[in-house]
Amino acid sequence: MAKLNLLLLLVLIACALGLVTSQHKARKLFTELEREQMRARELDVEFGQLQLEASTWGLHSRVEKIAAGTFGMRVPDPRRVRVVERATAPAAGGAR
Amino acid sequence: MAVAQNIVRLPVWRARFVLAAFLAAFAVLVARSVYLQAMKTEFLQEKGEARYSRVLEVPATRGRVLDRSDEALAVSTPVKSVWAIPGDVEASGAQVRKLAKLLDLDTREVSRKLAERERDFVYLKRQLPPETAERVESLGIAGLYQSREFRRYYPGGEVTAHVIGFTGVDDTGQEGIELAHQSSLGGKPGSRRVIKDRLGHIVEDVESIRRAQDGRDLTLSIDSKIQSLAHSALAAAVAQHKAKAGALVVLDVRSGEVLALANAPSYNPNNRTNLSGAQLRNRVVTDIFEPGSTMKPFTVALALELGRVTPRTVIPTANGKLTIANYTIHDAHPEPALSVAQVVQKSSNVGVAKIALGLPREQLWELFSRLGLGAAPQLGFPGEASGKVRPYTTWRPIEQATMAYGHGLSVSLIQLARAYSVFARDGELVPLTLLKSPAHAAGTPVMSAETARAVRDMLELAVQPGGTGARARIMGWRVAGKTATAHKQENGGYAPNKYISSFVGLAPASAPRLVVAVMLDEPSAGQYFGGAVAAPLFAQVTQGALRLLGVPHDAPLVPIELPGEGDDAREST
Repeated sequence: MAKLNLLLLLVLIACALGLVTSQHKARKLFTELEREQMRARELDVEFGQLQLEASTWGLHSRVEKIAAGTFGMRVPDPRRVRVVERATAPAAGGAR
Repeated sequence: MAVAQNIVRLPVWRARFVLAAFLAAFAVLVARSVYLQAMKTEFLQEKGEARYSRVLEVPATRGRVLDRSDEALAVSTPVKSVWAIPGDVEASGAQVRKLAKLLDLDTREVSRKLAERERDFVYLKRQLPPETAERVESLGIAGLYQSREFRRYYPGGEVTAHVIGFTGVDDTGQEGIELAHQSSLGGKPGSRRVIKDRLGHIVEDVESIRRAQDGRDLTLSIDSKIQSLAHSALAAAVAQHKAKAGALVVLDVRSGEVLALANAPSYNPNNRTNLSGAQLRNRVVTDIFEPGSTMKPFTVALALELGRVTPRTVIPTANGKLTIANYTIHDAHPEPALSVAQVVQKSSNVGVAKIALGLPREQLWELFSRLGLGAAPQLGFPGEASGKVRPYTTWRPIEQATMAYGHGLSVSLIQLARAYSVFARDGELVPLTLLKSPAHAAGTPVMSAETARAVRDMLELAVQPGGTGARARIMGWRVAGKTATAHKQENGGYAPNKYISSFVGLAPASAPRLVVAVMLDEPSAGQYFGGAVAAPLFAQVTQGALRLLGVPHDAPLVPIELPGEGDDAREST
């Protein structure tokens, strides 16, 4: 009887220690999750800012000005343009 | 025995006294613990939790607005607002000067704000870029705080201003798409309770009090390339013709999508100081005007549909004069007689009035309402005008005649453009949308396909040499359309020398893809006919849009000979 009790006591102590460690681990992982979520939010904000920057740099009026001014480009004469209709897709997407 | 007798016998009461004292002490302890555990438990638990649990705000971002190829048109990004508790501020004169310089404010103003000691809270500057905010923080002024806010940026600036609108300082929509889709764009900030350790790390999520909901992104039907082209062409035309304002809309007739919607004058939504009402007005959707000759094709279509005329029927146009109840209708190109097709081509008021007088007025009214005139176009845009079409029971014959050529009723430009989709879609009226939906949209049948095609042929004739809209032609594609030069209404009458010049057309005529409508308000640089002012703008935008969409050519690629200074463009409505 006493042996059994001793065994149970040992099991109990092991369980208690296990609980403590797993709780500690859980908290650590949670902190990490929290940090990653924060990073995700920050990256999302950065993505928005980069999108904004891309749109600003890629403003059509700016592209046109640089193309025409710096590179001396111009819209080709319609006679030199061939429009090829895609065989399968409907023309909705156009030439993209 | 003597020993036993020597044992000191303590009085019994002393032991009892000690026992009683212990019992009393226990009783006090029990009472106290009952008091704490049972009666004060909630308060104490709260206090305990307050040591480690915190309620955190979970911010939500407003959704982005994107164009059809996912280019950003409106993006919210966090900014900082700097505020102070004036009573706590400790700053030297140099620090205040530096602060004022960073905030781009007057030093005296900053000092005055910081001197208001009786106030607990004062904003110094809202919506600072994060880099500036960091530099403000590095000044290390006590009593100065920063809070995170969102600011909306519009990279397209004035190009897309009228479509998207803008948000207020608290990031809620106030105009345009931002207002119309506020509920889906706007996020709902949430809050949650967490447990923090002594280092400030969050170690456990206790409960979510309110879930944060980020706003949903919105993809518009706008094609930013066509939009940019439309905006710059319109602004140039408005400047060239010294017009008061201008409006332009490009529709994809297959899907009913609005590809471009431009207004002039425009404004920069990123910097809205000194905004005037004229700049804010969205003339495409919210303004109505008397369309003039662009209504003629509908009258003719009804006559064809009812079998009253064929395109070849000759209408006696009485040398350009028709008097109905002491009101005389004039033509700019007087002819003794014109075929129905020529009536549209030459924009003859007399011809179309005569055709209209032979039509039952309720049927004419029914056509107008089936074309969506007199009802809001259901774009989901704030302040959509529904236009004015009076009930037919109140029409007098002269009004029936003038309505046939677009006077006595008013429409918005987008309603007019949509009505023209009937000719582009072989008799179907297409539902419009500002959101990307590239699939073919089911239309509502309004007239037979034969009638629609016959009118389309007439509209194509109207842009050939001899028609009023010859300057609307473009190289490589066949176009069809109608000019209008309407006197402006003023103080209940028509202003003699103020005009609204417009052009509505479709292209390519063989298999229509686009409807483009342009309108210039009071062009006053000499020319004012729709054929001279609006048609070239239509041609420029349509050519660019067809090229950008990669629509196959349906006409030989030969340069177009433009007519001279537009005698043919002359018309009186």
